[in-house]
Amino acid sequence: MKNNSRRGFMGKAFGAVAGIGAIGSLYAMKKSWDPLPSVKAAGFTTLNMDDYKENELVTEKWRGKPIFVLKQTKEMMEKAKANPKDMDRLIQIGDSHFMVCVGLCTHLGCIPGYNPAEESFLCACHGGMYDFTAEVTKAPPPRGLDIPPFKIDGNKLVLGEEGPEYKKMLEAGITLKV
Amino acid sequence: MAHFTKATSVKDWFDQRLAIDKVEKVMMSEYWIPKNINFLWAMGMVLVVTFTLLLVSGIFLLMYYQPNVATAFDSVNYTIMREVDFGWLWRHVHGVAASVVFLIIYIHMFTGIYYGSYKKGREMIWISGMLLFVAFSAEAFSGYMLPWGQMSYWAGMVITNLFAGGSLHADGLVEWIRGDYVPAQAFLNRFFMLHVLLIPLAIMGLIGLHFAALRIPHVNNQDGEEIDFDAESKKYLAGDKAGSKVMRFANDFMAKDMMVVGIYLIFFFYLVFFHYDFAMDPVNFDPADGLKTPAHIYPEWYFLWSYEILRPFSTNIGLIAFAFAQVIFVLLPFLDRSPNTTPASRRGLFKIWFWAMLVDMIVLTAMGKLPPEGIFSTIGLVAALTFIGLWIVLPFITKMEKKA
Repeated sequence: MKNNSRRGFMGKAFGAVAGIGAIGSLYAMKKSWDPLPSVKAAGFTTLNMDDYKENELVTEKWRGKPIFVLKQTKEMMEKAKANPKDMDRLIQIGDSHFMVCVGLCTHLGCIPGYNPAEESFLCACHGGMYDFTAEVTKAPPPRGLDIPPFKIDGNKLVLGEEGPEYKKMLEAGITLKV
Repeated sequence: MAHFTKATSVKDWFDQRLAIDKVEKVMMSEYWIPKNINFLWAMGMVLVVTFTLLLVSGIFLLMYYQPNVATAFDSVNYTIMREVDFGWLWRHVHGVAASVVFLIIYIHMFTGIYYGSYKKGREMIWISGMLLFVAFSAEAFSGYMLPWGQMSYWAGMVITNLFAGGSLHADGLVEWIRGDYVPAQAFLNRFFMLHVLLIPLAIMGLIGLHFAALRIPHVNNQDGEEIDFDAESKKYLAGDKAGSKVMRFANDFMAKDMMVVGIYLIFFFYLVFFHYDFAMDPVNFDPADGLKTPAHIYPEWYFLWSYEILRPFSTNIGLIAFAFAQVIFVLLPFLDRSPNTTPASRRGLFKIWFWAMLVDMIVLTAMGKLPPEGIFSTIGLVAALTFIGLWIVLPFITKMEKKA
């Protein structure tokens, strides 16, 4: 009986030590799979917004992801003004309005293609469609293209920094955090 | 201490220390297989042979492959294919075997379903087999990343995005799996590790479990007959080989098994030498480019059916349907409520269920390959709904089944 309780105690003591060790090593394993600091640090891109032409899609790169920049035409602005959902998605710099979005379909991350004649995006993977402000117009994508964190700096746009205009969009639920 | 005597032969020396005679009996000559079987019972051995081909060809590829985003593509398409003597052979064996192994797995699975080989004590065989299917799927996917072509990259992007869980937006989880915002060096390196070490270890462990699960219930037979293996094996050992319902695993059963393997290998090497292209997607001969999606992204043929279950629905419902399709086969022994272990042909409605499921999966596979437009979209949707519907009705139609 005495021996049994001793064995029982040793078993429990070992279990406790092994349990702490197991939790510790799981934590270490989880952290080892995290993105490295160097990967996280290389996360800023500055765009000069004077360089873009109306209705001409330019693909920039930020954190390895494609960023769509589309300067809006007058006709697009008229259409957007009629539809507040569209208007809210645009970024105003000086007198011009821009659509700036992560160019990955919100369904499963393919890159949609832009058709300037129809002023719309089509994702070839599963047939999702977006309008010229990258708002979704045909499922399966659940929402419009996400807008990257940005800060307006004169005629420049810094991607990766969160400016007041971006925070407002985030609060209004126009985009998700990327 | 055990008593050892002077060995009378090399065999006796080993036998005293490792009991090789006893092991041989347990594993081979007195491991009993029913006689009432057909060539479909050889698929297990065909899979063992295919796995060995994958392992050996993989070892040779591993000696020249470089898991680096800058050099991976060239190490496969230049070094292995053009510089290494017979490098093309290892690559084509590996690529063809990775595709064909799924064909055999599906035949093996549907044989099990047809003959009811997942019931009455054989549940663990089925469950370990389905775990093997999952492990082989993970192995196939991680291997597909390694040449770092356009299909590698974009399949990696799409499949890891599934882990965001639709509206759950678990982007943190996706970035954790990738080790980056997009598939990059950390992603390639860890999928390389998974492909050459962790998943193969899991597969070998599961193969051990799959075989162990066979020992007690034994292999099923063409009539689902419950055989008294003790009595029948005694009859066999007593000399009544013709009257016994069982035979030795080796050499009786193995002789027939290896004949099927031989025919299979002729077909296999015909593919390796003359039609390896079916396992090599042309899009993957363009190096990975994170700023350009290929016009059509589709998985290898063996994933098409579950891909087609994902595709016709909106994100969340699609993900739920996809998750359903991934796990539902595991539950087959519990969803089939009938006590009968007989071939599907003698089971009334289940016969229709079996063929409907087989045809539906072929339709899903075909639609998954076609672009999601017009009539194909509709057929795909109907087939996906049929798949889900068939699983829902299964417990009811098997419950109604008369006892045979």
